[in-house]
Amino acid sequence: MKFGVVRFPGSCDDIDALQAAARVGDAVLLWHADRDLQGADAVIVPGGFSYGDYLRAGAIARFAPVMEEVAEFAREGGLVLGICNGFQVLCEAHLLPGALLPNTSLKFVFRQVQLEVEDPGTPFTRACARGERLSIPVKHTTGRFYSPEPVHVVLRYAAGENPNGSQDDIAGICNDAGNVFGLMPHPEHAVDPLTGSTDGLKLFESIRAHVADRVAV
Amino acid sequence: MSPTASPSSRHRQLGLTDHEYELIVERLEREPGDVELAMLSLMWSEHCAYKHSRKLLRQLPTEGPHVLLGPGENAGAVDVGGGLAVAFKVESHNHPSAVEPFQGAATGVGGILRDVFAVGARPIAVLDSLRFGEPAASERSRYLLRGAVAGIGHYGNSIGVPTIGGEIYFEHSYEQNCLINAMCLGIAPHERLIRSAAAGRGNVLVLLGALTGRDGIGGASVLASAELGEGDEAKRPSVQIGDPFAEKKLLECCLDLLDRGLLVSLQDLGAAGLTSSASEMASKGGVGLDIDVSRVPLREPGMEPFEIMISESQERMLCVVAPEHVGELMDVCERWEVLATTIGAVTDEDRLRVLDHGAVVADLPVHVLVDDCPLYDLEPAPPAPDEPPIYPAPRGARVLYGHESPGQVLLALLGAANLASRRPVFEQYDPVVQSRTLRRPDEADAAVLALPDGSAIAVSIDGNGRRVACDPRRGAAEAVYECAANLACVGAEPLGLTNCLNFGNPEKPHVAWQLTEAVAGLAEACEALEIAIVGGNVSLYNEAPSGPIFPTPVVGIVGKLPDAGRAGRLGFAREGDAIALVGRFEPSLAGSEVEKLRGRAPVGELPFKDVQAVRDARVAVRDAVRAGALHSAHDIAEGGIAVALSECCVAEGIGARVTLPEGLDPFAETPGCAYVVSGPEEAVSALGPIIGQVGGARLELIGLLDLAVSELARARELELAEWV
Repeated sequence: MKFGVVRFPGSCDDIDALQAAARVGDAVLLWHADRDLQGADAVIVPGGFSYGDYLRAGAIARFAPVMEEVAEFAREGGLVLGICNGFQVLCEAHLLPGALLPNTSLKFVFRQVQLEVEDPGTPFTRACARGERLSIPVKHTTGRFYSPEPVHVVLRYAAGENPNGSQDDIAGICNDAGNVFGLMPHPEHAVDPLTGSTDGLKLFESIRAHVADRVAV
Repeated sequence: MSPTASPSSRHRQLGLTDHEYELIVERLEREPGDVELAMLSLMWSEHCAYKHSRKLLRQLPTEGPHVLLGPGENAGAVDVGGGLAVAFKVESHNHPSAVEPFQGAATGVGGILRDVFAVGARPIAVLDSLRFGEPAASERSRYLLRGAVAGIGHYGNSIGVPTIGGEIYFEHSYEQNCLINAMCLGIAPHERLIRSAAAGRGNVLVLLGALTGRDGIGGASVLASAELGEGDEAKRPSVQIGDPFAEKKLLECCLDLLDRGLLVSLQDLGAAGLTSSASEMASKGGVGLDIDVSRVPLREPGMEPFEIMISESQERMLCVVAPEHVGELMDVCERWEVLATTIGAVTDEDRLRVLDHGAVVADLPVHVLVDDCPLYDLEPAPPAPDEPPIYPAPRGARVLYGHESPGQVLLALLGAANLASRRPVFEQYDPVVQSRTLRRPDEADAAVLALPDGSAIAVSIDGNGRRVACDPRRGAAEAVYECAANLACVGAEPLGLTNCLNFGNPEKPHVAWQLTEAVAGLAEACEALEIAIVGGNVSLYNEAPSGPIFPTPVVGIVGKLPDAGRAGRLGFAREGDAIALVGRFEPSLAGSEVEKLRGRAPVGELPFKDVQAVRDARVAVRDAVRAGALHSAHDIAEGGIAVALSECCVAEGIGARVTLPEGLDPFAETPGCAYVVSGPEEAVSALGPIIGQVGGARLELIGLLDLAVSELARARELELAEWV
């Protein structure tokens, strides 16, 4: 299977996501100015500060040419994973509901946090068990999820672990169709035993398994 | 020129002495023009010419088997094996940060990043060494601390370079003059390393990156004065503003250009802007340069040629490219959305010529700009014994009065601003982006980054101004020993060293003495450990009306360990492990943290160190970590062995029961020569005497104190959280 990782000017965790995805499949970078997903089976919108994020996190990136293709891919049921800034971009693009607001501390926070898997039934979490704990770092200034409407929660911060004041401890959500997933924690930074936890790898493995099943059908 | 300014007042306002001005006239055989004088005054400034320190710095060892680029390039570089080089440098941004801490610190990070990618290396890590006044007593210090931490985080986090370590100390002497030293490491294949020497007559000079504005011109405040004929526009407050997004694009663009082999040379624009960059490139290449300032893209209209030549606008680079490669260079820059403009050409004369729409406005021999500034001898004199101490006893810092139990003293130390947990600061920095970070802050004495071949590099930055204030020679040497000890604790051997020398006014005899002694101490320690100095920075005149800062040499060492999987950790890890004390440990109270808390001035000779013993202990710990024989290793530094043991307990929340050697003061210090290690008894007993055992939930120093580890942890968490 092939992952496509979007690269905007200002993306920071693009290579990290590329390397993490390459642990379970093929992975290529997708240039922001090209309307071309290069035949990817799943698209990752990575972390960073796309276009500097001086206006509002993700507000400019949603207008990138590549995002037109990502939106079309999502409408057709393709798997799209947004990590941190990618989550912000997907919300701005209305591929996911809700919005990310500044942390209640108003500060950047880096922390290794414990997450709980609320829904192991999505293409992104099928390698996990319900209630399973994942140790994955967060690092952001604008990570407080808010939605006035009910949303499909996939991951929550474990009790006492919420780093940003997110509504109902929400760490990751998906769309109603279940094929677009956004989360603030960085699973690509939890894939190597040498650097710490490998819990993030389960999300990439879930995607691979889902795509493999789909291809088999 | 305003008619009221005579030539003699002109140069003084620009910071040149009468003697220096006479020298310029003699060398040029004429009076310099306005643009020329502006350029010369900056190139002959302390900042660019190192006129009070260059002679001293010659005694530092700069050659070693691993050195690929030494002092004089934008950053030094060492060979780390596997065809890879690591480039690194530390630089100060003290004065801008004292004016505006957020932008001052942010642009300090931006500047050191540019120094590293200017040699062709991708920045992979940032560390910071920060000094402020006492935060509990000073709103100004809290403001500077908060602003600087936020600024460092803003720039490093946004550009995707991890901040993996650093240090912060608080002392009254930094109240007016905070120190912001930023260190950056970058990685490159050997063949991508590039020097800044311009070459090739007819080659094209291209300016890359941001528009040029009036930033930093007000910083050289004399230039904004009315005598140069400027109106109010030139008096606009002009702190440099950092734009990490612009630098991110510039960084990716420059590395792309280098990977395509399109550049002859590359140089960042820092202090003194185009003037300094062009002069250095021409000087190193033994060539001349023509620059037409009318081609430089400007952010604001009406800028004078001299302003364009000395603007310190951020996020700009200067490169030399062969004419046939200009087209491809422009295409690459367009892809990265980086502005690129041809502004001049390489000539074969020894002249830097500045043109404005083709008319010559400055024409100076390159050697006069770069090499002819007079170097001054210092006139060092130690403070006389009957004089009052340079640094008085710390006001308001006294929390210990002599009746406290050892347990109370330990809790006071752990809660002191200088020793408390740095977590509230480190949590504002991204330490993991780029996926190389094997040891984050608080996990080990040095940060550790993975290399592609399964080995790793380690880095630490250290300095303790209070100890250097006591004893400049031994204090400076101690910084090197401590930094090397930190590397040993993760199993790393030093490959190279960078330093930043932060001192007061060198024209004062006692500051000159501090500087002279400290440089001698650095040289001695580097020679003793066989570490080459590959680059650095000098920041002088760090003075307030109340006096100079503590003399503060800051040392950063990069080292290597063969097996990334065996990088050491600092925390006790397993119940039942034996604890050993490694090294010849003969500490004293001079300059110690506990003495500060007792309200005593930083005076007294520091303990003598037996260099052979320092080396032996370091090698023993390094090799034991590399062999995987230890479960933890931690050097004994500020706060003495009691604080070191507390830190080992708090890291993983495991206690220890320890009997200290007879007569050892638990709070006495001599950083850089001793360690506490834990592991199986047979492994650790080979390194030094067993002093205790890991286990339980309390730290017990037999006959002295007995405290819950949770209480130690709580004491460390109190101080900084509320201030950052």
